[in-house]
Amino acid sequence: MQLILEQMPVVINALNIGFIQTLKLFFVTLIGAFPLGLIIAFGSMSRFRPLSGFTRLVVWVVRGTPLMIQLLIIYYFPGLVLDNPIWGGGETGRFLAASTAFIINYACYFSEIYRGGIQGVPIGQEEAGLVLGMTKSQIFFRIKLLQMIKRIVPPMSNEIITLVKDTALARIIALQEVIFAGQSFLKGSHGISGAIWPLFFTAFYYLIFNGLLTLLLGWLEKKLDYFR
Amino acid sequence: MPILEVENLSKTFGRTSVLKKINLSLEQGQALSIIGSSGSGKTTLLRCLNFLETPDAGIIRVNGETLFDAADPATQWESSIRKKRLHFGLVFQSFNLFPQYTALENVMLAKKLLAAERPDFKAKKKEILAEIEAQAADLLTQMGLSNRMTNYPHQLSGGQCQRVAIARALALHPDILCFDEPTSALDPELTGEVLRVIRELADKNTTMIIVTHEMAFARDVADHVIFMDEGMIVEQGRPLEVFENPKEERTRQFLSRFKQG
Repeated sequence: MQLILEQMPVVINALNIGFIQTLKLFFVTLIGAFPLGLIIAFGSMSRFRPLSGFTRLVVWVVRGTPLMIQLLIIYYFPGLVLDNPIWGGGETGRFLAASTAFIINYACYFSEIYRGGIQGVPIGQEEAGLVLGMTKSQIFFRIKLLQMIKRIVPPMSNEIITLVKDTALARIIALQEVIFAGQSFLKGSHGISGAIWPLFFTAFYYLIFNGLLTLLLGWLEKKLDYFR
Repeated sequence: MPILEVENLSKTFGRTSVLKKINLSLEQGQALSIIGSSGSGKTTLLRCLNFLETPDAGIIRVNGETLFDAADPATQWESSIRKKRLHFGLVFQSFNLFPQYTALENVMLAKKLLAAERPDFKAKKKEILAEIEAQAADLLTQMGLSNRMTNYPHQLSGGQCQRVAIARALALHPDILCFDEPTSALDPELTGEVLRVIRELADKNTTMIIVTHEMAFARDVADHVIFMDEGMIVEQGRPLEVFENPKEERTRQFLSRFKQG
């Protein structure tokens, strides 16, 4: 116990730095996957068969294979197979590769949630808008969008909380996120070696961040409770 | 000149022929009731008039202007359909109010969006919006909802919702207001308040088409009644003639079921 207290300041400092990388990956994924997911959703609902067919195929592949494999393929495939290491070797390259994999993966999950949200808005809402002389885009933005958001907040919350924990998978391509930082004290880092507790301790970072997110998303759900 | 003329309007869904050469005309200020059993094509007829369905054949004219001619593709351009819809208003069986807006906002929304297209909107924004709000408040007051304007649809009863929906349709001053079974989704004790409002509109000579299963109401409120069966107009005429002295056997059968019930 004494020893842990001594190691604490150094470890916390290293974990904080790792967790910043975790947060960066988390937010970049959300910022990329929110709009991309919507585009994929519209693609999969398209009446143009080749487009909807292709989109659904992509979604099937991405959702049907492990994110960890996707990370490895996206990171190593260009360099090792195509002889064109687009990502470079450094932390920046690893971050770009990880972001790409996460954005594509999460956009596919989000697209299904969006699709459910869009299709869940009764057809009568669109018809009422049409009869009142509204344009398709007015109907989408003024009528359907908020009803859709209300519908997707609960399933989206689930995905977002899963994403926080999924960022740990980026460890597989040696992205220096919080798990990587915690694990480094096993082999030896900052003059500490053979310590397993920092790795275990990373769990608190996820737990506390997810606690905050749960509060935020719960607040949003409440905010949208004013209509039904 | 009739305000509405429909000629040989036909519509099929797949192999089912839902409307077969419908012909009708309606004079300004008249109320037309359409009766008939479920599946007779009444609702499809209203949906065709409101451009929610595209007829396969036939012509729709309002005030002598051809809004739709199945033989003339130029009358079917998407861009012009939006404006043509404004000749008609439609009150749905299931209200279809916008849940995220208050009663007042529901009535104002479409008018506000249309006003934003006016060239003088930017210069006179405040006055225009104030005018729209005053008009919407006035309509809701006419509907007996002056104390419900800031309520959301889920806070209103079905009858109140339907009255908001009627105000919403009236706000755009349609030439012809269509009602698609406006009381069918309501509890029996709530139908009265909606029928009363429609009756008041009829008394003010609002041009209306009312699809309904309320036979007594159809007879009282309408200037003209149409009985439809299997996509055709079987019989039409003044309410007294159709209800008291139906000429067709099918009309008699249909009405007798209501008299017994």
